[in-house]
Amino acid sequence: MRGLLARRMKFHLLGAFLVSMGSATLYKFVVAEPRKRAYARFYKSYDPMKDFQAMKAAGVLECAPPK
Amino acid sequence: AGVVKAEDYTLPSYVDRRDVPLPEVAFVRDLSAQQKALKEKEKASWSALTVEEKVELYRMKFNETYAEMNRGTNEWKTILGAVFFFLGFTGLILIWQKHFMYGPIPHTFSEEWLSAQTKRMLDMRVNPVQGISAQWDFENNEWKK
Repeated sequence: MRGLLARRMKFHLLGAFLVSMGSATLYKFVVAEPRKRAYARFYKSYDPMKDFQAMKAAGVLECAPPK
Repeated sequence: AGVVKAEDYTLPSYVDRRDVPLPEVAFVRDLSAQQKALKEKEKASWSALTVEEKVELYRMKFNETYAEMNRGTNEWKTILGAVFFFLGFTGLILIWQKHFMYGPIPHTFSEEWLSAQTKRMLDMRVNPVQGISAQWDFENNEWKK
């Protein structure tokens, strides 16, 4: 009759859409993208053998003691 | 004639609620003579009524306007105050417990143990990408600035 439910529903549907899309976008650019960049940066210059030797020397590998 | 008088609470009642816009009965049940005369005048053309008469008719039918009914209160201040009060009281209980009730914390929380533990985590390269080993400078043996 006066469109009270329709008005409220329109407002909340729009709001829900914006809030969900907004939070997803925010998460992508604040969490996901930096994480991807951090991993790419880490693995670009990662030498597993050097890391293994460091860990072996520190004595944390039970099957590969520093000797 | 042997019929019990209907108690007030059994009759339809007036209520100010947003989801009941037109209550079952008018607010004023027993009209004075003046109000009865006004109700008679209401049966004629409404443009003959003055503004005061219209307001009087409204107040006879309804207790509060929507604005009055929906008005906010200061209840939230009381609630917030009570919440903070009881949080504070809980804090006092926790302090008492720590002082009088709990025994000593495990030896694994001592400074020596924690530093040995952290050193072992760094040796194992725990969380090297974004976590603890990423904050340690392995060349200079110190935390990264």
